Amino acid sequence: MTKLNIWISKHQNQMTVTIAILIAISLISKFLLHFEIAATIFMIAASIIGAIPIALHAFTALQNKVISIELLVTIAVIGAFIIGEFEESAVVTFLFLFGNYLEQKTLEKTRSSVKSLTKMAPTTAELVNEDGQTETVDVDDLDEGDHVLVKPGGQIPVDGKIIDGTGYMNEASITGESTPVKKGIGDKVFAGSLTDNGTITVETTSVGEDTTFGKIIELVEEAQDSQSPAARFIDKFATYYTPAVLIIGILVWIFTQDFPLAITVLVLGCPGALVIGAPVSNVAGIGNGAKNGILMKGGNAVNSFAHVDTLVLDKTGTLTTGKMSVTDVDNFGNDKDEMLSLLSAVEKTSDHPLGQAIVNYVKDLGITETKKLPELDTVKGQGLVGQNDQFKILVGNERLMKNNDVQVSATQRKAINSRMNDGDSVVLMAVDQELRLVVGVNDQLRSDAKEGLQALKDAGLKRIVMLTGDNKVAAQRVAERLPIDEVHAELLPEDKVEYVKKFQEQGSTVAFVGDGINDSPSLATADIGIGMGTGTDVAIETSDIILVKSSFDALAHAYVLAKKTVANTKENIIIAVGTVALLLLGLIVGIIHMGSGMFVHEVSILVVIFNAMRLIRNKPAKLDTDQVLKTAN
Amino acid sequence: MAKVILQLGELTCPSCMTKIQKAVQNQDGVSNVKVLFNAGKVRADIDESKTSADKLSEVITDLGYEVLKTKVKEIA
Repeated sequence: MTKLNIWISKHQNQMTVTIAILIAISLISKFLLHFEIAATIFMIAASIIGAIPIALHAFTALQNKVISIELLVTIAVIGAFIIGEFEESAVVTFLFLFGNYLEQKTLEKTRSSVKSLTKMAPTTAELVNEDGQTETVDVDDLDEGDHVLVKPGGQIPVDGKIIDGTGYMNEASITGESTPVKKGIGDKVFAGSLTDNGTITVETTSVGEDTTFGKIIELVEEAQDSQSPAARFIDKFATYYTPAVLIIGILVWIFTQDFPLAITVLVLGCPGALVIGAPVSNVAGIGNGAKNGILMKGGNAVNSFAHVDTLVLDKTGTLTTGKMSVTDVDNFGNDKDEMLSLLSAVEKTSDHPLGQAIVNYVKDLGITETKKLPELDTVKGQGLVGQNDQFKILVGNERLMKNNDVQVSATQRKAINSRMNDGDSVVLMAVDQELRLVVGVNDQLRSDAKEGLQALKDAGLKRIVMLTGDNKVAAQRVAERLPIDEVHAELLPEDKVEYVKKFQEQGSTVAFVGDGINDSPSLATADIGIGMGTGTDVAIETSDIILVKSSFDALAHAYVLAKKTVANTKENIIIAVGTVALLLLGLIVGIIHMGSGMFVHEVSILVVIFNAMRLIRNKPAKLDTDQVLKTAN
Repeated sequence: MAKVILQLGELTCPSCMTKIQKAVQNQDGVSNVKVLFNAGKVRADIDESKTSADKLSEVITDLGYEVLKTKVKEIA
């Protein structure tokens, strides 16, 4: 029985082809050769071959107390057989099986995005044995603490720490960032990322489904199955619907004594498109998201996100990159380049984030360092001091200047104040007791923040609110440059939660975007929590939607995609219900029979799948910058 | 206790899912059954003194579905 079962499910497609051939031969016999008996025999053969797999499915389902669509079809086919309608029974089984085949093929398409993701998961690893030899093993056989070797161009098979070697890693599958990052001994590497060059040895910390990449895949797989409220309703409906159709069929038979009508009702009543319509939209929508670095946790998340009207954003790390950069430089003297080169040389010796920003800024200007630096001393909380026989240099904050008796003129004072009013951190440099440079450094705004937020508004978002723990000046300065409606500054994480709650009480559906670490309470409180930033465990767990790539383009795409997915689900439900209604009408009028009814059903199933497939192709919209600038001004 | 993950062939009909779900659930010593329709995976927690991954794989095969790969992971 088991063997037969498997054989049949493996050869179902060949059986479908056989039935098609038999039906064709039968039709030829009937209409061309006028050989009625042969025609009937071929139809009988086709019906029997077709009925076997369907009946088997029906039977195993029944064993598990499930009344399936197959049961309806099996009864209908047997019924048609009894009353001698062999043509009808053959056509119904063929269409049902052929429909299954097409459904399978098209479903594969809607699942393709996730398939391509899982294909990126590593399968084998080069395990380094104690004697230093390597052997190729299955990743499943690896344990924590195992050392694995990764060669240039190879895929990192586990999450772990580099214990030997350096190389450039492409971590696009985890962070969405495709620019290779240099990593060396002690750095963490992620399964699924690639080494661009360099051979490294990695000590395993987690394997398979426990790796960050494994968790991402698991999340998407579960998301595709976790249904939207509409799909859940339909599912529930279908469990009662199918038995109900069976009962109605029996009632029709009892009351009308019209057996052919009763079995036609069974075929027409198949829930077909209704069952598959809503889930298939979700699968396609979530799949599209996954491909574009947007992980949506199931139909519920998609549905709620589509209804969001208020977007609440955290500033640092969300609207801004969290990376420092130079905003403005005021030079006092006529050797700006030389001064900058000197400053850069000094800052190079420190690993302070402000210093890094300055070094990068000077490097981008193409200025090279010239002067030889004196030995530098760190004055805690103030800056750096250095002196040799040629000159004395001070780099740091105002306190450092004051303590070293550097005079600040009125113009210089104005420059410093203007930087501070903008919310910048200020770095000062004095050479031989004269203040030469005033440099403002600030957290960098994400380059696509403006376009992305504007796109969200265009897509129907009503209100964008920025909440930040930062000071009012800095907050206002960021908000001014963006299409933000409300700003609340100097907040603690718990204050942010209060704002989210307040908006919800006002009747808004709120999405909160944060980096997932210090904003977890707000992410959890909001109707939709959107984790932006790297795929950290915390973000993956607390958010409903995870943006693997920290970009506002992705956020805007996610919003549009959620809306389109919900609309698509609705369309599919309308198509499915409409089909059933039309079929019933056709039955009453008398133009629909068993064979044609099955045909219409199968067509409707394909229509909903094709409709859902439109979501796969839906590309993130590239914005017209001109238009954005116009709207912003 | 152990966590079992069975990778099946492509699942196409939603009713297959209910069928597998119920059949696996009805086994002794099995809890938390999850059939991932789109991924074609079955996840379950099993009590190894009562059942095994091979037993579950057999149950699913009996229903007429191919089991491509089984994975067992010990959990405390």
